[in-house]
Amino acid sequence: MSRTTSAEAVGLLRLSEQQGTLRAELSGRWVVANAARLEKALAGPLTDPRDAGAGRALEIDLSGIEAIDTVGAWLVHRTAARWRQAGGAPVITGASADHEVLLGQVAKADRPAPEKPRRAGLVTRTLHDFGRSVSLAADEALRLVSFLGETVAAMFRLAFLHPGRFRVTSTFAQAQAVGIEAMPIVGLISFLIGVVIAYQGVDQLAMFGAQIFVVNLVAVSVLRELGILLAAIVISGRSGSSFTAQIGSMKLNEEVDAMRTLGLDPIEVLVVPRVLALMIMLPGLAFFADLMGLLGGMLMSWGVLGIPPDVFMSRLANAVTWKTFFVGVVKAPFFAVTIAVVGCLEGLQVEGSSESVGRRTTQSVVKSIFLVIVLDAIFSIFFATIGI
Amino acid sequence: MADTRDENPIIRLRGIRNAFGRQVVHDKLDLDVRRGEIIALVGGSGTGKSVLLRTIVGLNRPAAGSIEVFGQDILHLPVIERRKVEQRWGILFQNGALFSSLTVAQNIQVPLKEHLGLKGPILDEIAALKIALAGLPPEAADKYPSELSGGMKKRAGLARALALDPEIVFLDEPTAGLDPIGAAAFDQLIADLRDAIGFTVFLVTHDLDTLATVCDRIAVLGEKRVMVVGTMSDMLEQTNPWIVEYFHGPRGRAAMDAKARNEARDAG
Repeated sequence: MSRTTSAEAVGLLRLSEQQGTLRAELSGRWVVANAARLEKALAGPLTDPRDAGAGRALEIDLSGIEAIDTVGAWLVHRTAARWRQAGGAPVITGASADHEVLLGQVAKADRPAPEKPRRAGLVTRTLHDFGRSVSLAADEALRLVSFLGETVAAMFRLAFLHPGRFRVTSTFAQAQAVGIEAMPIVGLISFLIGVVIAYQGVDQLAMFGAQIFVVNLVAVSVLRELGILLAAIVISGRSGSSFTAQIGSMKLNEEVDAMRTLGLDPIEVLVVPRVLALMIMLPGLAFFADLMGLLGGMLMSWGVLGIPPDVFMSRLANAVTWKTFFVGVVKAPFFAVTIAVVGCLEGLQVEGSSESVGRRTTQSVVKSIFLVIVLDAIFSIFFATIGI
Repeated sequence: MADTRDENPIIRLRGIRNAFGRQVVHDKLDLDVRRGEIIALVGGSGTGKSVLLRTIVGLNRPAAGSIEVFGQDILHLPVIERRKVEQRWGILFQNGALFSSLTVAQNIQVPLKEHLGLKGPILDEIAALKIALAGLPPEAADKYPSELSGGMKKRAGLARALALDPEIVFLDEPTAGLDPIGAAAFDQLIADLRDAIGFTVFLVTHDLDTLATVCDRIAVLGEKRVMVVGTMSDMLEQTNPWIVEYFHGPRGRAAMDAKARNEARDAG
C-alpha cells in the first residue's frame, strides 16, 4: 500500500507505507523560501498524526534533500515531535553530520510557548480604558501644575539666590528661534486673516449700509482676540512641538540624566530659558500680528471699499483705545508660559523609544492649543465681568 | 604583506575608494571573504570599519571600485536583482536597530512577511525558533525593544538578521557593551550557528577574545586599505607597530592566554 500527498508534485515529500511503517522521503530544498509550500506538504497525516497511536513507526528520510536550513530543520523536528507526542515512534534517517548539528540546534530551541494573558471582554475593556483615561487625565493635570510650580521656583532661585547660574546665551538663542524666526509665518497668517475679516465683514455690513464699520470690526477682533490667539497657536505648533522633540531626544540619549549627575538641574538648564524666551517674545509676536492683521484689513478696505488708508487710520483712532490693544497683549505672557511649560514637560516625560517622542510631540501641541483656548475663554469672562 | 586575493570568494572588493569631502577614508582597498569563514575587521578609530561594512551592504556608495557578492557585481545590478541579493544576507547593527514600534517577534517577522509573504501560525513558530536560536527567553517575543536590555537587543537584532537564514551575516561590533559572560556566549552562539547553518560571518569588532576564539581570519584596516589579512597567529608575527601594539598589548596577551587555557582544558 502506498499513499502520496499533493506535495509529491513539487518534489518535496513522498510518503509510502511498508509493514506498518510510514516512510517520508524528503527531497528538494527545505529552506525558508519554501516555508509555505513545505507547511502545506506536511499538512495531513504527518502534521496531525491521529493514527500514530500504539507505537506506530515513522521514518523520516533526509538522504534526498538538496538543502536544509533552520526553518526546514524545524519543520522536520516538529513533525517528529508531534508524532512522538501522539504515541508513535519516529526516527530520522539519512541525516549527514551537518544535518545532525542543525537538528540538534533546532531541538534545543524547541520549548513551550509562554502562556499569553487572557483578554478581557469588550465591555470590561471599554470600562477599564475609560476609567484609566480619566485617572490619567487627573494625573496629568496634577503633574502639569506641579511642574509649573517647580519651574517658577527655579526662576525665583535663579533670580534671587544664584543669578550667576542663569543661562543668558541659551535664553537669547531660544528667543531668536521662537521669536524672530517665527515672524514671517505669524505675520503672513495675521495679514491674511485681516484680509478675510475685512472682506467677509464688508459683505454683511453692506446690508445695513454701514460698510465703514468694517474698520471697527477688523480693529476690535484683531487687537482683542485674533492677533494674540493666532500667534499663540502658531507658536504652539512651531515651538511647543520643537521643545518636546528636543528635550525628548535628549532624554532618550540620556543627556538629561547626564546633566543630573553633573549637578545641573534640567529645569534650570533646559526649561527656564525656554519659558523666559517665550514670555519675552510672545507679546512682541502678538504686537506684530496685530500690526499685520490691521495692515491686511486696511489694504482690503482700500481695494474693495475704496476707504483710503488715511480715512482708515482716523476711523481706527475712533474705534479703539489703548485698552483694546492692552486686553489682547496682556494675555501673551500667560499663553507663553502655558505653551513652554507643556512643551518642556512632555519632552521630559519621553521614555523608551523614538515612538514616544512622536506621541509626546503630538500631545504637546494638542494640549497647549487646548489650554491656550481655555485660558482665552477664561480671560474673556474675566474682562466681561470687570467690564472692559 | 599577506595575500588578500582568493580563488572563489563570496565577497570580493577591488579598488574601493570612499571619501567624504576631502577626507579620504579608503583608497585602492582590496579584500576577499571566503565562503563559510568568520572574518573580523579590525582597525583604529576612524579607519572606516563601519564605513566599509556599510559600503558592502549598499548603504554607502563608493567613489570608485567594484564589489562582488555571490559573484555578482552589486553596484551595477538592476533593482530587482539587488533585492534578491539583499535577501541572502542579514545585518546586525551596532545597537540592534530594532523597529521600536514592533515587538521582537514582529521585528523578526518583517522580512518573512515582506519577502516571502508567509502567513499564519508558521510565522509565530519561526519567530519563536529564531528567538530561541539567538538565546533569548521565550517571553522576549512579545516585548518591545525599549523593554529589553542592551544584550537582549543585540540578540533580538541577531534573530532578525537570521530570519531569512542568510548566507552572509554582517555584524557590527556584536559584543560591544556585553558583559564578558554574555560576550563569550554570543561568540559561541555565532560559531555554533555558523557550524549548523553554514553561513559566512563578516564582523567588525574590537573584542580581542572574539578575535582569538571564533574568528578564522582577521583583516586589519589601516593606511586607507586592508593592511594584512590572516589568522591570529599570522597577526602575532606582524611587524607593523600598530598591529604589534594591538595584538601584543596586555589585552591581546590576556586573550591569547585565555584561548590557550581553554584549548588545553578541552584537550585534557
